[in-house]
Amino acid sequence: MAEFIRFDRITKFYGALCVVENLDLGIKKGEFVSLLGPSGSGKTTLLMMLAGFEQPTSGSILLDGTAINAVPTHRRDMGVVFQSYALFPHMSVGDNIAFPLQMRGMGKAETGERVKRALDMVQLSALSDRRPSQLSGGQQQRVALARALVFEPRVVLMDEPLGALDKQLREQMQLDIRDLHRRLGLTIVFVTHDQSEALTMSDRVAVFNKGKIEQIGTPRQVYDEPTTRFVAEFIGETNLVEGVVETVQGREATVRLPSGAQIVSAVSGNVASGQAVYLSIRPERVDLSETRGEARNVLETEVTDSVYQGDHLRVQLQTAAHPLIAKLGRRSREFLPGTKVYAAFSAGDCRVIAP
Amino acid sequence: MPMKIAKATFATLTILFLVAPLVAILPLAFTSSVILTYPIPSWSLRWFEELFFADAWRRAIINSLIIGTGTTLLATALGTAASLGLRNRLIFLRGTMRTLFLLPMVVPAVVLGVGLQVLLAGFGLTNSYLGVIIAHTVVAVPFVVVSVTGALAGIDERVELAAQSLGASPPTVFRRVTLPLALPGVLSGTVLAFATSLDEVVLTLFVAGPNQRTLARQMFSSIRENISPAIAAAAFLFIAATILIGFIVVLSRSILARRR
Repeated sequence: MAEFIRFDRITKFYGALCVVENLDLGIKKGEFVSLLGPSGSGKTTLLMMLAGFEQPTSGSILLDGTAINAVPTHRRDMGVVFQSYALFPHMSVGDNIAFPLQMRGMGKAETGERVKRALDMVQLSALSDRRPSQLSGGQQQRVALARALVFEPRVVLMDEPLGALDKQLREQMQLDIRDLHRRLGLTIVFVTHDQSEALTMSDRVAVFNKGKIEQIGTPRQVYDEPTTRFVAEFIGETNLVEGVVETVQGREATVRLPSGAQIVSAVSGNVASGQAVYLSIRPERVDLSETRGEARNVLETEVTDSVYQGDHLRVQLQTAAHPLIAKLGRRSREFLPGTKVYAAFSAGDCRVIAP
Repeated sequence: MPMKIAKATFATLTILFLVAPLVAILPLAFTSSVILTYPIPSWSLRWFEELFFADAWRRAIINSLIIGTGTTLLATALGTAASLGLRNRLIFLRGTMRTLFLLPMVVPAVVLGVGLQVLLAGFGLTNSYLGVIIAHTVVAVPFVVVSVTGALAGIDERVELAAQSLGASPPTVFRRVTLPLALPGVLSGTVLAFATSLDEVVLTLFVAGPNQRTLARQMFSSIRENISPAIAAAAFLFIAATILIGFIVVLSRSILARRR
């Protein structure tokens, strides 16, 4: 499918500070793309430039093949949802949702009909006459969502829309928004610093760091096949172990760890033998056993601590040269500190990352 | 406990100190005597009659209303525009500009008066209504700026951005979102501007001619010529008007507040 939104070599300076650096990104029609990164990584600035609130210092933004740099916000036809909801406090819920339709000169009857449908969609039909201040945070955000969708914008932009909600409500809204995205075929650009939110909702996740995209891919790709140390550490928890590449064969490399152990690992980027690299090993992919077993990668370790966390058991281990963390399923038996165990994982469960 | 009593006593004394002048003058508005002194021989409304029917006083009241209305309109428009402009973060020397707008509050009125007289004479505006309105506007604008700036600061900028993204052009955003949200502040500014104009004597002395004699100016000159209790009646009128305006503001603010 053709690209619907294209960021073409976008750079943004605030004074001498570069917040977005020579960034390229394409988004397809109907796609849900999350911009994920720590605060100050440039993800919100990129969204603000797409909405037209900020101008790029250089580069161009294309929508459906046309450059929109010079198009003012109110003609861009994009629905924006903010973390602070940004509802009009002096208008009722119904008037808030009617606002974009009035701006488009829609007649009274049709406006009323559309507002009603939008309120139904977010299950707030009974609250049409209330003021925003009389609603809970979750209700306000649903109104903001209805208002951003009611005029069928070409793109929906969301700037940490669930950040102000408590955990349970946030998870419910994540599923609601994902469901709306699928049902209405919306193109959504979603900014968040919450990696589990990005993984839950997105078709693709763009991981931002210091004004650049470190990696972009499906949730599975960025989690299972991180290409940089930053991505491996930012998304989920991981064990990073230093090592040196000995041999590379196709998509696999043999890495020698400081302890002398040899690990066979999958490779995402380009590495050459002799290169110093990191190994990323996800804690939940590590198995512990008192016998050596037949896995390709086995490390001799000693348990230093183990913590029961309800849904999993978290075991801290020490090898000859580095610590290692393993997360075991809840049916796993206890491991007492001081126990010698073998930590095993397959080649596909770890990644070689160039530093 | 003694501390509490001391505090209450101090508060009472402070309030007394503040309202004593009012208490002193107000009963004299209803005296039947021809001079402005106690004791009051008997009660009468004759000085209010004087106020409304004697030519000089009636003229002064009408002048005050004309000049007050003109000043209110001009100062509210300019002050609101200035506050909106000062919101722009990119504006050159924003802090300095804001101070400049507030300067007339602290500059001695006498200095302003001399300056304005020279300036207005240059444009041939001395002894004219417009001249007096301009002079009053200079001192009224800071009150509007303070009041509107405060109201604008309370608006979440993202609400305006949201309006833009929903299809509202900048003028529409102002009309449908910014202005309604800043309205309580604009309203307060309006009242303060009117009150400032009503109360202003020094600048009026410098720039107004005999035809623009305002109520405050008339009180000032009549207390030197003859000490007629009409002054007390005028003072009563002032206070009543102020309380009325204050009441209107409080009422409209609470209506606006209930709307959100």
